[in-house]
Amino acid sequence: VTQVASDLTKLTAVELAAAIAAGDASAVEVATAHLERIAAVDGKLHAFLHVDADGALAAARAVDERRAAGEPLGPLAGVPLALKDVMVQQGVPTTCGSRILEGWVPPYDATLVRRLKAAGVVILGKTNMDEFAMGSSTENSAFGPSHNPWDLDRVPGGSSGGSSTAVAAGLAPLGIGTDTGGSIRQPAAVTGTVGAKPTYGGVSRFGLVAFSSSLDQAGPFARTVLDAALLHEAIAGHDPLDSTSIDAPVPPVVEAARRADVRGLRVGVVREFSGEGYQPGVERRYREAVDLLTELGAEVVEVSCPSFLYALPAYYLIAPSEASSNLARYEGVRYGYRAPDAADVVDMMTRTRGTGFGPEVKRRIILGTYALSAGYYEAYYGQAQKVRTVIAREHADVFERFDVLVSPTSPTVAFKLGERAADPLAMYLSDLLTIPSCMAGLPGLNIPCGLSEGLPVGLQLIGPQLSENALFRVGHALERALGFDYVPERLR
Amino acid sequence: MSSITREEVAYLARLARLALTDDELDALSAQLDVIVGAVARVAEVAAEDIPPTSHALPLTNVARPDEVRPSLPVEAVLAAAPAAEESRFRVPRILDEE
Repeated sequence: VTQVASDLTKLTAVELAAAIAAGDASAVEVATAHLERIAAVDGKLHAFLHVDADGALAAARAVDERRAAGEPLGPLAGVPLALKDVMVQQGVPTTCGSRILEGWVPPYDATLVRRLKAAGVVILGKTNMDEFAMGSSTENSAFGPSHNPWDLDRVPGGSSGGSSTAVAAGLAPLGIGTDTGGSIRQPAAVTGTVGAKPTYGGVSRFGLVAFSSSLDQAGPFARTVLDAALLHEAIAGHDPLDSTSIDAPVPPVVEAARRADVRGLRVGVVREFSGEGYQPGVERRYREAVDLLTELGAEVVEVSCPSFLYALPAYYLIAPSEASSNLARYEGVRYGYRAPDAADVVDMMTRTRGTGFGPEVKRRIILGTYALSAGYYEAYYGQAQKVRTVIAREHADVFERFDVLVSPTSPTVAFKLGERAADPLAMYLSDLLTIPSCMAGLPGLNIPCGLSEGLPVGLQLIGPQLSENALFRVGHALERALGFDYVPERLR
Repeated sequence: MSSITREEVAYLARLARLALTDDELDALSAQLDVIVGAVARVAEVAAEDIPPTSHALPLTNVARPDEVRPSLPVEAVLAAAPAAEESRFRVPRILDEE
């Protein structure tokens, strides 16, 4: 890897787009630098499941040709991106981290992918993930885990851990993840990256492989808040192909981020999210960042939200129930893997699913089938849906008095590979702090707020539906004041 | 809270069309017991008079105009299938031959 190429992989999306627009670097040079870096280091990181070098270089050449022809370029033209393997891209294998989809090549583009292509974004390839987005570490990927660039013996979070790894390690300045219970924010927190979960319905899900349809939402990874804001504007907005897509203008988050001002902003500190189970180093960095908000002129007040503690149990009834239904489509008929030598069609489906799905997916299908089955439906799924109402109402009450809520994003820094793999409940607790906002369809943003024992700590901002402007404004103000160096220490 | 038996997991697996090995049945019945015990905490929330929320957005019945639009080419869709024949997905026998 040459010096110039290595420098290009350290630039932000804003800097890269400016360099390409000014002619200081071509889009092909930028793409090549990132592809070379992937080739050099991804053997150790395993951020990507599939690298689409030809497609990336063709997209980059198209940007260079448009510039040469004097055509206007968008704010992300020529900027490389790592795409979570849960989004379909025409002609590029999509596995969702599962054997059951191994070898499947989608015949169409997700709306999000179409928008990225229209913006001139260069998609480098598909990133690793927990199988069907079920997990918090990428250890549930059928193709092996990704490794945290800050410490290769630790997880990069999940389920969008391939995208968090790629962005943290400089393999791509931008990434796409999906967040059902925290799968963008938690991996961002443990890799020192910015991760934004948009309002439910804010970004089209046409072409997003479904896990839990009342919760799934795609959103950006980046190394800076402004980069994440640019990516949000590129992908957000109404899509007639997605019936859950919000038909409202996209909040102008880039302009909001540029304001970076928190004076007079009412910030609620969630009381329930501290104490036992929270690492002291995480609490320390988080409290320092909250103090900084006060110094910057925000009105910071502690607030109690007792129902939030019931979000995790409600989530682990609702999400598996929806998953058990959504994953019925993998039956060996229309795409992906089929078990050979079946006696009849039921035998074929049963064995296809038994051998095609990994342990966590099977666990959730059984749990969801249980929660939905006769005799248990009211006590489990029905009650969980009522608890969801209680949680949404408590959020609505709190947002009468506050503009945003803050908490740590994860109670701990990145844990070691294997540490929680044998204990499903310990793994589920990784998303304790990100699930309540999902239950109410709210947007959230992770901002790196320092290091504890050399590993990144994340702060989470939550706002009402479509309040992305406030999140990006506060996020950018904090980012400037904190001055976090997003390059992992071992890569500096 | 009644414990979840191996037989119950086997029944759920049949409902879900999921072939599980003996080892998987043993592991899952033990794990499911622990997980269900933890998620049963939702019962602590007083919610008798609370309506359920299936979805965070107030959306219902989004429809589009009833117009014919181009769909994906049949060959492109069947190319992704494990088996196809005569423009259709091919599956093993469904009904017993009489």
